[in-house]
Formats: sequence, C-alpha cells, structure tokens
Amino acid sequence: MSTLRKKLVMVGNGMAGVRAIEHLLKLAPEAYEITIFGAEPHPNYNRIMLSSVLAGGASMNDIIINDLEWYHSNGIRLYTGHTVTSIDTRQKTVYTDKGIEASYDELILATGSNPFMLPLPGAEKEGVIAFRDIKDTQIMQETAKTHRKALVIGGGLLGLEAARGLLHLGMEVSVVHIHEYIMERQLDEAASVMLRKELEEQGMKFLLKKQSEAILGKKRVKGLLFADGEIAEADLIVMAVGIKPNVELARKSGIEINRGIIVNDYMETNTPGVYSVGECAEHRGIAYGLVAPLYEQGAVLAKRLAGVQTEGYAGSITSTKLKVSGVDVFSAGQFTEQPGSRALRYQDEIEGVYKKLVIKDDKLVGAVLFGDTGDGAQLFSMIKNNENIKGMEKELLLGVSSDALASPKGNRLEAMADDEIICGCNGVSKGAIAEAIQSGGCTSVGAIKACTKASASCGGCKPLVEGLLQIYAGDNAVTVKEGICGCTTLGRDEIVAEIKRMELKTVKEVMNVLDWSNDEGCAKCRPSLNYYLGMLWPEEYIDEKESRFTNERYHANIQKDGTYSVVPRIYGGVTTPADLIKIAEVAAKFDVPMVKFTGGQRLDLLGVKKEDLPKMWEELDMPSGHAYGKTLRTVKTCVGSTFCRFGTQDAIGMGIRLEKAFERLNTPAKVKLAVSGCPRNCAEATIKDFGVVAIDGGWELHIGGNGGVHVRATDLLCVVKTDDEVLEWASAFLQYYRENAGWNERTAQWVERVGLDSIKQALDDREERLALKERIEATLRLTSDPWKQIVNEPELRKNFEPISQPETV
Amino acid sequence: MTKMLVGNVNEIDIKGSRKLLVGNTEIALFRLTTGEVLAVENKCPHKGGALSEGMVCGSRVHCPLHDWRVDLHSGNVLAPDTGHVTTYEVEIDPESGHIYLTL
Repeated sequence: MSTLRKKLVMVGNGMAGVRAIEHLLKLAPEAYEITIFGAEPHPNYNRIMLSSVLAGGASMNDIIINDLEWYHSNGIRLYTGHTVTSIDTRQKTVYTDKGIEASYDELILATGSNPFMLPLPGAEKEGVIAFRDIKDTQIMQETAKTHRKALVIGGGLLGLEAARGLLHLGMEVSVVHIHEYIMERQLDEAASVMLRKELEEQGMKFLLKKQSEAILGKKRVKGLLFADGEIAEADLIVMAVGIKPNVELARKSGIEINRGIIVNDYMETNTPGVYSVGECAEHRGIAYGLVAPLYEQGAVLAKRLAGVQTEGYAGSITSTKLKVSGVDVFSAGQFTEQPGSRALRYQDEIEGVYKKLVIKDDKLVGAVLFGDTGDGAQLFSMIKNNENIKGMEKELLLGVSSDALASPKGNRLEAMADDEIICGCNGVSKGAIAEAIQSGGCTSVGAIKACTKASASCGGCKPLVEGLLQIYAGDNAVTVKEGICGCTTLGRDEIVAEIKRMELKTVKEVMNVLDWSNDEGCAKCRPSLNYYLGMLWPEEYIDEKESRFTNERYHANIQKDGTYSVVPRIYGGVTTPADLIKIAEVAAKFDVPMVKFTGGQRLDLLGVKKEDLPKMWEELDMPSGHAYGKTLRTVKTCVGSTFCRFGTQDAIGMGIRLEKAFERLNTPAKVKLAVSGCPRNCAEATIKDFGVVAIDGGWELHIGGNGGVHVRATDLLCVVKTDDEVLEWASAFLQYYRENAGWNERTAQWVERVGLDSIKQALDDREERLALKERIEATLRLTSDPWKQIVNEPELRKNFEPISQPETV
Repeated sequence: MTKMLVGNVNEIDIKGSRKLLVGNTEIALFRLTTGEVLAVENKCPHKGGALSEGMVCGSRVHCPLHDWRVDLHSGNVLAPDTGHVTTYEVEIDPESGHIYLTL
C-alpha cells in the first residue's frame, strides 16, 4: 500500500510544522508516507511554555505536545537529533549530518528561527546564552545553583519572561533595554510604566536607555560594558533581543529567501514541491513569531497538501499576552494612535488597571490591557472581525456595567443568621462562608467555592456569595473572571471564537494553545470542548469518547447503585405489539428489576448490570433512545386527528417525522420536543424545547419551554401552514441553538439570556434558515446508532466487561 | 500479599478503565495518558459511586455520581471534599505489557 502513498518530508519538528501535519492527518490520513527530521533530541514540545518551565510552573513532560507514541501510531518516521544539511531540489532528496538521505514528493521546511545574538565583543564567553530552547532553560537552572547575578539584554516579551524565570530561581536580575520603556512594541508608555513598577515590586531591576558595548570577563562572563562607560556586573547574560528566521538550509539549496523563506498565500516557495511554514517563513514581507498566525498558516498548508479547496493565507493581526506570574498584560492590533484614529483610556492607579482602546472609523483597531486582561479575547475578536462598535465604546472600556456595584443586597445579608443556608445544593451556611473569608483567607468567589463548595453546583446562590464577600472581605475582595470551569478564565464565546480562528481541532490542542491550567482539564470543560469541536467541525472532528460523561460513554443512564437503564427508541410514542413482546421478553430474560414508562412515552428497563448492556441491545435489536445524552430525547405526541374528535392535524405523523429527522443529534443540553394535534395541547408542547401545536390549517411553533427545575412556558416563534415548514423551522432553530448556546445550557435559559427577538431575527430570513437547515443536515448525515456500533465492535464492547480473571503468580 | 496477573495494558483504553473483582473487593484499573496504570478500590468514599465509570483527567478521576475527585496516585479525595480510597500496587512488564496487581 505504501507504494501508493506520496512521500512527505518535513525538516523541523516544531509547533507550526507538526500542527500542519496533525491537520493533514485528519484531512487525508492515507495520502502520505511522512518523515520528520528534528535537530533537537525531543519530540514536539510547546516552546511558548518554556517560560513556565523556567518559572517553575511546568515540567518538561508537561509541555510535550505530541509524544513519541503519537508519531508511532500515526506511522510517522521521526528522526530526532538529526540536522538536515542539504537538499537536492532536482533529485528531490534531503541529506542529514548523520548520513541519512530521504527522497520526497513534497517537502516542508519548518526550520523555525534562531535567537538573534548581539555581535558584541566577548559574546562567545561562557555564561552568555539565549532563551530559546530546553537547553537554554536547563543552563539557567544550573547557573542559578552556583551564581547570583543575571543580566537579561532585551526588555521585550521574551526578555521579561526570561527575567521572571531567573528571579524565580533566586537570582538577582537586571533587564537591560535600549529603549526608554519596556515592551515598546506591544505597549504604550502608560501601560509600560505600570508594568515596570509591578515587576520592580517583584524584585526585577531595570537599566533603560542602555546600549550594550562589550561583554567583560576572562573565560566566563563577569560584566557588561555600556556605551556610556558604565559597567554592570553579571555571572550570566541572557540575550533576548529577538529571533531571526532560520533560512540557512533554504539559502544553500537555492530556495528564494529574504529575511525568511519567501512563501505565497499557499505556503509555497518558489521551488516546486517545497513549502515553508512557521517562524522561518516570510509571507507578504512578514515573518511571524507568535503561535496563532503559524497555526493559521499550518491549516492552509494542510489543506493544500490534502488537496482540499482552501482560501489562501492572508496574513494575521496579532495579539500578545505576557506570561509572567502576577502580571496581566495584553495587547493586540495597532495600539498606538495614528492620524485618523482616536484612543479611549481608563486608568486606575490604585487597583493597577489600565485599558486603552484604539478606534478608527467606529471600528476597534487595537487594544492594550494591563492588570485585568479578561476582556482580551473578546476585544481581539472584535478587532479581527472588523466590527462596528459605535455606541458600545463605554461598555467596552469599562467592562462590567456599573449598576452591578450598587446593589442593595447588603442589608438583608448582614441581618441573616449564621446558620442560615446560603447554598442549598451543598448545605453551606452563611457562617461557614464568613469563616472561609475571615479565617480561611478566601478573597474571591472561586476561592470560596473551592473551600466550602458554596455555589459549586447549580450556581444559583452565587450573587449571595458575592454579597458576603463584599461584606466580609471588603476591599480585599478580588473579582476573578470565571471561565467555563476552573481550568480556564475564558468564557464559552471566547473559546469558540479561538477554536474557529486558529482552526483548533482537538481537545488537547485547545487546552494547549489557550493555556489551560489543568493539563487534561476537568469533567466540566472536557465534555464542553468535545461538543464545541464536534459542532464546529462536523466532518473532520473525531469524537473523544473519553471526554464524554459516563452516560454517553456507556449509552445508558448510570443509576446510584452503578447499574444502568435501557430505553429503546419509540418514535412519537408509537409502538407495536411485536416490539412490546420483544421488550418484555428481553426484560424477563435479563431479570430487569423494574420496567417503567418514562415521562416521554417510552419504556425504561431499570437496574441493568453494565455487563448485560451489549447483550440486551443485541437481543432488542432496536435503536438507542438516547435517554442518557445531551441530544434529542423524545418527541411526545397526542393522538391528534388520527383518532381524536378534536384533532385538527396528524400529531403522531408529525412527531414521528421530527423524531426520525433529529434522532442522535448532539446538542448543548438535552432537547425535548412535543406535538399536539389541537390547541387543547394534550402533549404539553408548551413546556418543551421545541413545541408544535396544531391549529386549524396550520401549526404554531413554540420555543424555549422547560418542565424541569425552573418551569418555563414557551414563547411563540411563528405560525406556519405546511408540515415541511415545521421541519424547516425546527431544523433552523435547533441548529441556531447548537451554534450559539453554552454547553449544558437548556433552550429555556438560552432564550432568556439572548432574548426571543434575537432568535426570531436570526431565523426570519429564509435564506439563513435554509443555510442553518443545510448545516444541521450535514451533521445528521454523519450520525450512527451507538448501540449497534458497540454490539458490532469488540474493541468498544470490551469496556463493558470486567478485565480478564486474575491469576495468582 | 498476593501478586497476580490481571491482564494486559492494551486491554485498557488510554484515559479509560477496566474493573475486576478480587474476592469481595471490586478494583478499578486506570490507564493514564502518561502510560501509567493505577489501581484503586472501585468505590467513591462519598456514596460508593463506581470510580471506574468516571472521567479520567490527568491523574484524577471524577466520580460519576457527584463529581468528587480522587487522586489515583495517593487515593486521596481532592479538596474541598475529603476522604481516601485504598490504592493497590501495580507493576507492568515492559516487554509483554502484562499487568500485575499486588494486594
């Protein structure tokens, strides 16, 4: 088979290149035989996280993106510690320093970049290093054990991260910078000064407006001489003044270069069959040194190699975040004022918060945030999308609305007795929360949650917890922006926007790129990321069953004693004597302790042992009713015009049609439908997520109802005449919900949050409706019955059985 | 102390688990992303939930009943909840992938 595959060779084993390969493997897994050469002796790691390794927040293992097992299981031949020394572009062959040669059909140059070393006299001395790879990090860690004084040349992003890491290692650190303020390429002067103060408080020193002239010392570095004649002592000098694309191999091989390897919008060099991606590539005059643009380039290249139609890469607007503990800095786009643009600023010296928005023609073109960078992702997405922000300026600048601060809940809370319960789910009293704040040192809602479990379940008491925090912690209370879970500060919309923008395709990748604090996430974020990825990339994304909750992994509801329940699908609540007999026989055969009708007109076989599930499904030979999932559950119906003397339409037929259309659909939360045959509404359609009520000559369509925790009656969406229209609107509504609601957010909450009008508006245009319908259909075409799949595949079935009988040895 | 052969690593999915019964004790075996296989008693100290059915995140498992988190190395329940589950020694033969459990 390998003879059919084309040979793809990649020089470089870094983030950008391997990202492109990962993407390619998903698009065209069988197309290429892949060989990768990497000069470093490691598998692919996350270079952005080196500063965290240095600062002690992560170990080398934590930052590996693809381990050796990954290369192996994807059939990639990996040569680590091999440097490619030359390319014969005519014979299409590469040669390495260890005497290996590899021929290619397609070649990717992903050689990355090298640190730029200032050509100072003495730069070759021992103790002068860059901050670029694991080796540099190790040298810093070693040096810190025996030496005290460190100088970092370069007050940019990289320099400050290196300096922070060295501080953490216990060294005395001074940052030497040629400009009068630090991070001048990302920050304006006001933010830069605030940053410097903050870092000085952490113990960093600064030597600004200093031009380095020579490195002093005999064998090992002793100090640094400046152009003004001053000298600074140093046992270690880290040069972090920038990077330069590594074009040496390309240059030698006759591939066109400038500052970097020149590529077009499809990452092609001027040499046929040779591509370049990452920090070594120069696109429209720019060589990027940040991960987001490189991932965007990788996505284009992967599509090109897979033969998938793609728009070319058009360049990126970039954003930066400083990864230094205790300091939050963010900048994006064009952050200085230019003629024709204006800037809005908010500066709070007491809290150390600074915010600047640069606006041109009513559009946001740049932003700088210091102290509170929570809004960064949202602002960045507005910059990228060229959104008109007229009228929103003040809200964007001030963040949360100011009336949140002036709530009158204080008095009532203060008067409350200590033993009164604040959090009903977890039984946490006012006294317990007060104690956590006063003696437990909790100064944020998150800390209180972690310490007492208050507001950790349904979250309904969160405003009360916030109120108590105000009362007991007062000025010490900190507002921490809460993300979808404790592993991230990003909210749902920010995460979805970043997944789209960077074309992130796996849960692991999302966590890696978006700086998750737990490397494998938690039971909250994993299922939600799995859903978002599946919703955004229905065709490419491979569902991660290990990131689904128990019920969806075993396709049955887990009960409190560890048994499960089996609910076969009964379309529209209609069954046949033959099916009833079959269900009864299976229930009897497997000694099912209880058979019960569900709330949605189906039969529930409760108390089934896990080992019995696949056998029962096999014998039932009926599709899964998905009574366990975040998916379409039931479509409840009344008898409608088929038998009822009042019925005006065929409710049963409509119900069955809807259930067949949407069964197995993944949704943010469970979804229930109902169809009533007349306005008497016997199927209770007005407390369903999507309710259909027949009227004379048509159908009323209702949305956002719920009969569960908070009972909510539906809102009327519209009235239609034909059955096809019911399906069209139901499709569009469900898909719009899938694309816009948060994970675990029922339609009832969602409709309340976004407002009925916004949904009506979105669905009103027929073209839009049909586009949504097309997208839901594309997703539905890819679904299959999970019961059948498990019955047929031993690899899946094994997880229902105990592992082999233990033998004593 | 009894040492026994209980299966092979490739019978457990990564971030997955299998259970087995030894005497009257149900034991859950987990295979982490790092390749490690860890064994704990298959019973959450809270309400006896089957830990083998929970989601594995790093070296923690989330109980499927009420989301208590158990560290699989130490057997300790993570704050804010408290408690402990018994852990068992696991050895893996690097050649054959055989899993040996000692208890």
